[in-house]
Amino acid sequence: MNALYDLLFIAFPYVAAVVFVLAGLARWRTVGYTVSSMSSQFLESDRLHPASLLFHWSLLALFLGHAFAFGFPDAVLALNSQPVRLIVHEVVGFSFGLGALLGLAGLLLRRASDPRLRAVTTPMDLVVELLLLVQIALGCWIALGYRWGSSWFAADLSPYLWSLLSGEPRIEAVKELPLVIQLHILGAFVLLALVPFSRLIHAFVPPLHYLARPYQLVLWSRASGSPAATPQAAKARNGLRRLQSAKKV
Amino acid sequence: MDVRAQVSMVFHLDKCIGCHTCSIACKNIWTDRKGAEYMWWNNVETKPGTGFPRRWEDQAIYRGGWEKDGDTIVLKGAGKAKGLLNLFHNPALPVLDDYYEPYTYQYLNLIEAPAGEDQPTARPVSLITGRPMDIKMGPNWDDDLSGTPDYARQDPNLADLSLSEREALFTIERLAFFYLPRICNHCLNPACVASCPSGALYKRGEDGIVLINQDVCRAWRMCVTACPYKKTYFNWSTGKSEKCILCYPRLEAGLAPACMHSCVGRIRYLGVLLYDAEQLHAAASAPEAELVARQLDLILDPDDPAVAAAARASGVPESTLEAARRSPVYAFVKRFGLALPLHAEFRTLPMLFYVPPLSPVMASLRAGDGEDRPRHAVAKRWDEAGLYDTRMEELFADGACSRLSLRYLARLFAVGDEAAVAMRLRRLLAVRLYRRQQTVGDLDAARLSAALDAAGYTAETAEAVYRLTALAKFDERFVVPPAHRETAIEALEATDERKGAAGFGFNRAPRRP
Ligand code: SF4
Ligand code: SF4
Repeated sequence: MNALYDLLFIAFPYVAAVVFVLAGLARWRTVGYTVSSMSSQFLESDRLHPASLLFHWSLLALFLGHAFAFGFPDAVLALNSQPVRLIVHEVVGFSFGLGALLGLAGLLLRRASDPRLRAVTTPMDLVVELLLLVQIALGCWIALGYRWGSSWFAADLSPYLWSLLSGEPRIEAVKELPLVIQLHILGAFVLLALVPFSRLIHAFVPPLHYLARPYQLVLWSRASGSPAATPQAAKARNGLRRLQSAKKV
Repeated sequence: MDVRAQVSMVFHLDKCIGCHTCSIACKNIWTDRKGAEYMWWNNVETKPGTGFPRRWEDQAIYRGGWEKDGDTIVLKGAGKAKGLLNLFHNPALPVLDDYYEPYTYQYLNLIEAPAGEDQPTARPVSLITGRPMDIKMGPNWDDDLSGTPDYARQDPNLADLSLSEREALFTIERLAFFYLPRICNHCLNPACVASCPSGALYKRGEDGIVLINQDVCRAWRMCVTACPYKKTYFNWSTGKSEKCILCYPRLEAGLAPACMHSCVGRIRYLGVLLYDAEQLHAAASAPEAELVARQLDLILDPDDPAVAAAARASGVPESTLEAARRSPVYAFVKRFGLALPLHAEFRTLPMLFYVPPLSPVMASLRAGDGEDRPRHAVAKRWDEAGLYDTRMEELFADGACSRLSLRYLARLFAVGDEAAVAMRLRRLLAVRLYRRQQTVGDLDAARLSAALDAAGYTAETAEAVYRLTALAKFDERFVVPPAHRETAIEALEATDERKGAAGFGFNRAPRRP
């Protein structure tokens, strides 16, 4: 039994993380061509609208929430120390969970019912969509059935994740958790490991650098380029260098 | 001054016969692939008409291009805030049905169908789902259908015309249309580039060609919205956007782009323009009435020694400068003052210019009514009963003579400025009269010189326009600047990485992962 726990909660997370980083980087560097959100809006836009917005924004909120509890467990515990704040926190979290669940269900239905969309759906798309559905459903179940999740996440799970990160894994707390929660943890690592092999990779290339970029991008292929007569031109050229070095590695 | 070179184009609409050879040449080379079937990097539209995708010019629907915001300009349907907030669903994205569902026919059935009572048929099937389908739209569905309620009357450019003017345009006897071939304009202020959150689109510094880096595109789809000409297309199979590449691999080898090379009407010209990049932003944000003039002012005279010196200082190679001097585009746009940009009000500073159409020839064939009223000098007896009347001189005096409403042309080519279009037409007409005098000699000298004066042309200019329009050979129509591979990091790749690789194509099959 202990060996199984070690395998699932120590070995597997490390394997998943290594696969995520190495395979993800390899795909990004060598076949950047395949790194895409694979949007299907062009084929069907109306039903995508509510489902996609609900799903993506909810998931983003959930992800940030989990990340915050992982990063600042003490802050979360302090926040939850007052019953009102705890309840509000839980209700908000659960609403996002429900939103993500409904949104994803809508996306799946949309995909299944439209022949054009079925034509652009790969087996891997279905695998990750179903896994995500299970994962989010588990999360909602946990939020309902094992309260208060936000508190014990901070108290039990954050230390476990930190222990993984520090290279001295301690899984005592995880062993004691109910099966649903253990499945939720495993699901997270399965999804992580699948990122390099699925469309999930698009979540890890958010175009935030757009905010810092000048609108126009002028690239010179001559090594010398044209002497920058304007600061704008100089900036654009720096944009090129970044792009080129990004491609060269 | 920051002088840059732009490979630019002129399409002479008087010469386009609407044969779509250009579209086919492009399709065969670049977009005959899964996911790209519906893309027509080059398409030819009938005007008045709705175009491709349907009603693309209506930015109330598609939200393309830039709009004025105080002293500056902002993207209408994209940009940093709008783009990032709309990543998960882009409200202004055209969808497949705005273009058409690509299809093929089950030709095999014609050969392989079992013997039966009926003739076997080749049913149309969707290239997306593989299912039988009813074809409801195609890339040139409105071809030659000007005048019909579904197409011509839906043309967004008719908004300026009064009801009676519209009716006049569509009365069957007066039915008039022309063809508008379109490719990417390789704009100086490209909205597509500015809209891409990933930074996948860029303008090449040396020649101004606008490209999409397929390795960087992440299918955020903003460029499709932002391009007011709808010349970026989303590949539904690979999840990447694609656009006209101005056949840059051909240009780098000194060849004309395929659409231009194959053009049956020889309407297409390609050459270098020099422009001052420092004035770009000001020109793009000018008040609407000044837009066309300001854009034309950006273009510098390559024969001016000061410009040449500034160009050298800005790193423009001598051979590019030489190409700019021989540029047919410079001749049409600046020297002859004949060509205008399409929809300058989108503020992308498009670098494809059009010579507006004078055709159809101002002629009417009517029954001779027996009365011997005075005729115009150029009206001819067709036969005993008919009169072939080419009342050219009345084109501008008498609005009713102009089949294509000036106001309509001005909407397309001059942000509504009818005088600018009228001037171009007057020049075209002057050249026709000049040539008529040369070949037929039935005009009086005063009339000809009046026409030339009104056009601001000398006989030499008229002759030059005629030569470039009608006689120019391949190497005069396409003046491709050398690519300078010796100093280039080839097509943005480090050569050592691609050593041994040859030809174009994908390192990896363009399949979904
Ligand atoms: S025409 Fe459209 S795609 Fe081409 S450069 Fe201009 S904005 Fe970009
Ligand atoms: S090939 Fe030339 S003449 Fe024919 S449709 Fe195209 S632009 Fe017009």
